[in-house]
Amino acid sequence: MSTKDFRPGRTSSVSRRTLLQAGAGLIGGTVLPASMASRAFAEDKPAIGTYPAGTSGSSAFIGISVPRTGTYAVQGEDELKGYQLAIEHINSGHDLIKKISPKTSKGVLGKELKFGVADSAAKPNEAVQAQQRFISENKAVMITGGTSSAVAVALNKLAQREKVIFVCGISGSNDTTGKDCVRYGFRQNFFGQTAAAAIAPVLIKQFGKDKKAAYLTPDYTYGHTVTKSMQDFLAQAGWTTVTNQVSPLGAPDYSSYLLNVANSGADVLINVNWGHDAVLSTQQAKQFGVLDKMKLVVPYQVPFIARETGGLMQGVYAATDYWWTIEDKYPLAKMFNEAFNKKFGYQPEWGAENAYISFAHWARMVEEAGSFFPPDVIKAYEKGETIPSLVGDVHYRPEDHQCVRPVIIVRGKMEKEMKNKEDYYEVVEIVPGEGLMQKPDAFGCHLGDYT
Amino acid sequence: MINWPNFVSQLFNGLALGALLALISSGLTIIYGTLGVLNLAHGAMFMIGGYAGYVTYSYTGSFILAVIAGSLFVMALGVAMERIIIRHFYHRPHEDQLLVTFGLGICFVEIVRLIFTSQSQVVPPPALLQGITSLGFLFYPTYRLAVVGIVAVALGGLFLILYRTRLGMIVRAGIEDSVMVDSLGINVYRVFMIVFGIGAMAAGFAGIINAPVVSLTPGVGDDILVETFVVVVIGGVGSFPGAILGGLIAGEIISITSMFNPGYAYVMLFAAMTLVLVLRPHGLLGTQGRE
Repeated sequence: MSTKDFRPGRTSSVSRRTLLQAGAGLIGGTVLPASMASRAFAEDKPAIGTYPAGTSGSSAFIGISVPRTGTYAVQGEDELKGYQLAIEHINSGHDLIKKISPKTSKGVLGKELKFGVADSAAKPNEAVQAQQRFISENKAVMITGGTSSAVAVALNKLAQREKVIFVCGISGSNDTTGKDCVRYGFRQNFFGQTAAAAIAPVLIKQFGKDKKAAYLTPDYTYGHTVTKSMQDFLAQAGWTTVTNQVSPLGAPDYSSYLLNVANSGADVLINVNWGHDAVLSTQQAKQFGVLDKMKLVVPYQVPFIARETGGLMQGVYAATDYWWTIEDKYPLAKMFNEAFNKKFGYQPEWGAENAYISFAHWARMVEEAGSFFPPDVIKAYEKGETIPSLVGDVHYRPEDHQCVRPVIIVRGKMEKEMKNKEDYYEVVEIVPGEGLMQKPDAFGCHLGDYT
Repeated sequence: MINWPNFVSQLFNGLALGALLALISSGLTIIYGTLGVLNLAHGAMFMIGGYAGYVTYSYTGSFILAVIAGSLFVMALGVAMERIIIRHFYHRPHEDQLLVTFGLGICFVEIVRLIFTSQSQVVPPPALLQGITSLGFLFYPTYRLAVVGIVAVALGGLFLILYRTRLGMIVRAGIEDSVMVDSLGINVYRVFMIVFGIGAMAAGFAGIINAPVVSLTPGVGDDILVETFVVVVIGGVGSFPGAILGGLIAGEIISITSMFNPGYAYVMLFAAMTLVLVLRPHGLLGTQGRE
């Protein structure tokens, strides 16, 4: 059962104002000399996707789809808050946005950003339907959202077909910028390959060589690719897989999988499940005594899992995109945390961070391109310039549109080590991104056409 | 992990899993059997039972009170639902009944989400039942062991009501032929209300009993609803013993299959349901009486 939180109210008011202002713009355009007209009107670019219709008025529309129901709902809400803050900052010309996108004054190329939100329920078909509607009815100039690689891959395909840029939200599969990559899709966050490359040496150092590992793997592209990457990297130190328990997304019970794990003789349990599935499987692993027998590792960290599992992440290693205490090292992270905390009353988790920074990067690229014309924006990304992020300088690879960025290794703090109620992890290591990346063609990426 | 200790463990786990499924399914099947209404809000009511128990537990710290509150609250909700909405749908097409109960289920889930957010909530098992018990051939969570006993007692109670009381006799007669029961001068609508209340109570009870096994989220009922339907279809829609048999079969299929290949656990469950539908369309213990 799922619901759709489509908010036409936001869009109808936009349409009315857009209509009036576009009308005024058109009338003005006929009496003004060409040189005085705005850049968007002056450009001699062919129509493509929602260009130029989506930016003909004073605003531009963004389609956002996040899971607000289902097993990834908690992470979806956090992600949505990141988008909301980014849009607010862009529209108001906040200092943080100006540090990431120096050409931004207010809005993007002077256009105020409007947005619509749809509940994807982490289901590809629901996300595609909602975003298709945002594209055709609202002329969305960019679509974004995530928290499921199955959704990300589906939206990649939609973006390429509709020629509307998709800025990927949380997606951990190697396929998103691998075999399912597209010219119109970009991903900021870390993924299976980089998570495994970053955390494997830490695990080997911590637990030793020739260990036996048991995996809990969700049965879709994210789970399969993350597990495969972990197996490949750990095999280099003689680690073997004694069992890989594949379960459907949203499984109501993990007892039978955990019995297999308990009887497997594994030294380490690598839980690749995500969202509520990760919370439930970890809690049940405790109930079945599995966590007393073997060490738990969460290779692809789940926002809020420490809070929801009530102490079970203590001493557990995880790879993540962002943890708020890195603010001591990164000034932009500090600015972000402060702004986020002020607005929403808690420290942002990595879903919000990824949403915010990937959105800010898009705004920067549009400003750099000086146009919403999608091929120009794509080429701005593909310059591969070093740009700021909340975790230091990063760049997007032109070959697969994957951001090269550090991966942060954290370890769950014991209760007595926690300085405040949100101080769940200590940052063990910040691993630079460059050394973690596979060769651009290793996962079969062929980007496709610009037009 | 195909070895003897694991097989025995999975066999036992299937029993525990099946017991819980049987309890949840029994409420659904009693309501359908008597009223002819397939209550798609059953999963949501299961979830509300858990949350009502969670709130009670938060205030009192008593698991027993949580179980009582979870059961009674959902029973009251069921009775109110039947009086205000469902009774207007008895004579309407099945599609309307499905839509209204499905809609109610969505409303319930979203109201709970509004109040408690999507973050999971935990109801710990009573202190006496915490920890792990060694059964020789396996270590098993003590609470899950207790659940098998609790469910057996609860199903026994339901059996007594259905098969040893006058009300039960009327209910079972209603399953066979509600028009005849009505024409014998029995106020069928009052019975319907009671049956809906009992069915809802079973869902609420299962919800709070299940709460320490899982962590509560507003979607906890959605996930279980699908399995519950499979159980009811396998056992026979409207059959109380069928729900128990179906529950145990489903539990064993999930558990045993996952020993060979966990990816196929649910595939096998649905394959079994399909097989039953082909060979015995009315389920293993179902009767062909009701359309």
